[in-house]
Amino acid sequence: MTEILTASLLSPVVLAFLLGAIAALIKSDLEIPDALYQALSIYLLFAIGLKGGVALSETPLGEVWRPVLATLALGVLTPLTAYTVLRRLGKFDVVNAAALAAHYGSVSAVTFIAAQSVALAAGVPAEGFLPALVAVLEVPAILVGLLIAYAGGGRAGSWQSALREVVVGRSIVLMVGGMVIGWIAGTEGTAKVAPFFVAGFQGALTLFLLDMGITAAKRLKDLRQVGPFLVAFGVIMPILHGALGVWAGTAAGLGVGGAAVLGAMVASASYIAAPAAVRVGLPEANPAFYLTASLGITFPFNLTIGIPLYIALARALAV
Amino acid sequence: MTQSPHQLVTLVAERSVRDRLLDAIHSLGATGHTIYDVHGEGSRGTSAGHSHRPSVKIETIVTASVAERIVAHVTEQYFAHHAVILYVQEVGVVRGSKYAPHNRPAS
Repeated sequence: MTEILTASLLSPVVLAFLLGAIAALIKSDLEIPDALYQALSIYLLFAIGLKGGVALSETPLGEVWRPVLATLALGVLTPLTAYTVLRRLGKFDVVNAAALAAHYGSVSAVTFIAAQSVALAAGVPAEGFLPALVAVLEVPAILVGLLIAYAGGGRAGSWQSALREVVVGRSIVLMVGGMVIGWIAGTEGTAKVAPFFVAGFQGALTLFLLDMGITAAKRLKDLRQVGPFLVAFGVIMPILHGALGVWAGTAAGLGVGGAAVLGAMVASASYIAAPAAVRVGLPEANPAFYLTASLGITFPFNLTIGIPLYIALARALAV
Repeated sequence: MTQSPHQLVTLVAERSVRDRLLDAIHSLGATGHTIYDVHGEGSRGTSAGHSHRPSVKIETIVTASVAERIVAHVTEQYFAHHAVILYVQEVGVVRGSKYAPHNRPAS
């Protein structure tokens, strides 16, 4: 555990995140332009889709269906556990609890990417088809969160437009689209674009994390507004969901790396797809709660401590 | 050249409502618009606080009746829960006939 933790904390990706956070805290004029942020996120999402598609084309269906089903079940279960905790222990109202549940049930693609590279560095590479699981995990939780809020009726937003926002949102279009292209083109076909999408990947991720550090640190000023319960929730919920994900991944036949990365995915909270959908579907919910929790607390926690923890857990379970 | 009085309707809104606002102003009779990415801070926090994207400023030149419909629609649909600023100015427009609403059904 200590070994993976050190290796993970000292990786350029995590250090770039810290640099971004420090830059924001010392009020440096460092700023990633919006256009570059958008370009990097398009590159990263498309690249993981592409790699996942190539891997899928080489994986027999028999190996994939159990992890897919496990992921689907986790996508429905985790918003419910998050919602229950927020309502019972956190005393949140229905709308804000449902909004947060949608975020904590869904997945952060960047956490997935980071987990994949840490697992690789730790010598336990995850199965190549895992990007398919990211796509499977992203949507159901947001749907469950919206359904919870709409069950009582009388909501200001429209859950149909919210659902549309997720399904045709850029992360799903790029990831699923990339996957289809990778699957059709196969290893040989994608060899031509591999220098761009594979060799540049870790560098792009490092720059992206620099920006994430700036954004996360800026959210820290909202910590007082969200209160100590949500801070604790942002750390403890990922550990519980992460453990559940590692266990389910192991039970579904994933290797140590795959189970650990699935754990990190389940532990993560969405901050691109879910906020976009929730803003449309549940405009009454306070964005300070869900954005601060997912971006300011859970993302940094998973990146630094969570991912090594899930790898250690997956190793322990595999023995 | 003669100038005719029209209304310049300006909306400053969080990014998440951009597409819906554009659909709405066009279906209410606007014949065009200009859009900018903008940054700022207001009673609902900063533009970056809502999503990782700038807010938008939408300008459209319309007739008085279309301006009224836009104000009514935005007031009813957006003010309660979204970061939206709306103001209307009278402007003298050259080639006023360009801004007459098409015969589109108002939704």
